[in-house]
Amino acid sequence: MRSVATKVRVGVLALQGAVREHLLAVTKLGHQGIPVRNEAELKHVEALILPGGESTAMRKLLDQAALLPALKTFAVHRPILGTCAGAILLSSRIVGQPTHHIGVLDVTIERNAFGSQLNSFAGRGSVGAIKDYPMVFIRAPLFTEVGPGVQVIAQYQGQIVGVRQRSIWALAFHPELTEDLRVHELFLKQE
Amino acid sequence: MRTEMNRGLAEMFKGGVIMDVVNAEQAKIAEVAGAVAVMALERVPSDIRKQGGVARMSDPELILGIKQAVSIPVMAKVRIGHFVEAQILEALRVDFIDESEVLTPADEQFHINKHKFSVPFVCGARNLGEALRRIGEGAVMIRTKGEAGTGNVVEAVRHMRTIQAEMRRVQLAPKEELMTIAKELGAPYELLLELAELGRLPVVNFAAGGIATPADAALMMQLGCDGVFVGSGIFKSADPARRAAAIVEATTHCNDPERLAKISQGLGEAMPGLEINRLETAYAERGH
Repeated sequence: MRSVATKVRVGVLALQGAVREHLLAVTKLGHQGIPVRNEAELKHVEALILPGGESTAMRKLLDQAALLPALKTFAVHRPILGTCAGAILLSSRIVGQPTHHIGVLDVTIERNAFGSQLNSFAGRGSVGAIKDYPMVFIRAPLFTEVGPGVQVIAQYQGQIVGVRQRSIWALAFHPELTEDLRVHELFLKQE
Repeated sequence: MRTEMNRGLAEMFKGGVIMDVVNAEQAKIAEVAGAVAVMALERVPSDIRKQGGVARMSDPELILGIKQAVSIPVMAKVRIGHFVEAQILEALRVDFIDESEVLTPADEQFHINKHKFSVPFVCGARNLGEALRRIGEGAVMIRTKGEAGTGNVVEAVRHMRTIQAEMRRVQLAPKEELMTIAKELGAPYELLLELAELGRLPVVNFAAGGIATPADAALMMQLGCDGVFVGSGIFKSADPARRAAAIVEATTHCNDPERLAKISQGLGEAMPGLEINRLETAYAERGH
């Protein structure tokens, strides 16, 4: 366990989406938040967050920046957290799509599993040891299958909304849109 | 809670490009090029300008076809003040409604009471007062009005600079001056207080109206916009797929001139542009 007093250089993939919110959460916890747009910037960080946004747009931008191979390698060695679209980028299987993106997390994910924006909702639930955490689901995905090495860390009404495989974390909801920093704190405490 | 979720969806668009499309085929091209959302409409603004007549909400069949074709959020436009068109779009379960000056206004005095809807709204603004009035009515996202269908970015620049100059004034003003500033701008006082505290608009602010090139998109991003709308600029250009992808890349890498130089090469003809002082109708003057 890393003590809270240690300052971690935390990257936030800054191609598109809720980048500012993650950087703010990281900074509030006393760590250094660094926007990552290319491989050189990725080399400087010790942990990485893939924010919410549109996964198709992020994939296009990842290809343009030729970042996919470096991210695959990063995920093997360093803690990585994906929220919503970020979780889709990490997943090995995407319902209805022949290919994956980074594909390092042994789960099947269904994009936009609840319907249009009118079906977006918020609730509260546990994330690992964190109780009563606010969960905001915006055109959210769902994990429909998890592999043997994957631990379910969050469920909402019986459905899987948070998983962990070693130091790869993926959440279907948006901790960056709440004031509650406990999920970021827990993720950054592990080493 | 609904407001937070709807503002949240707008936050997810940040750093992205929202593209006007008139059919499912264009929507697919936009999605593949990396659009974060598509705006479904019957005619792009430059055609509305050319052909004239009353521009209205699109045929629901067209909107449903576009919804089927893509996995990204689908937006659609309603006329200013036309709350029944908005009710219809909500019934169609679009992801976002644009109460837009590009369509012919249905009400010359009043905008829609957007608080009555569950679906989120974006509205255009030329200045801070207008932006805060729309937010006061329930908009969860703002865009510059610019001058749609012209391929001329000058009005979008004017609107963004105006909003920012007025925000600077609010942030520097001592609290006792804020009520008078609220009166001068025609802005709700409570929202002005929120803005003074936050140091930015409480919602996402995109650029729109006249963006035609990757450089235009990067310009608006460097001026402080959160993302861009591109209307006629893509599908009225020589090579829409390529230009769309280039504008997406330029929006993300707006601060990297060498990269912008590469992105801007060999895109073919941009849409034909129009000078603002020769326009028959200034769309930006619709709604206030």
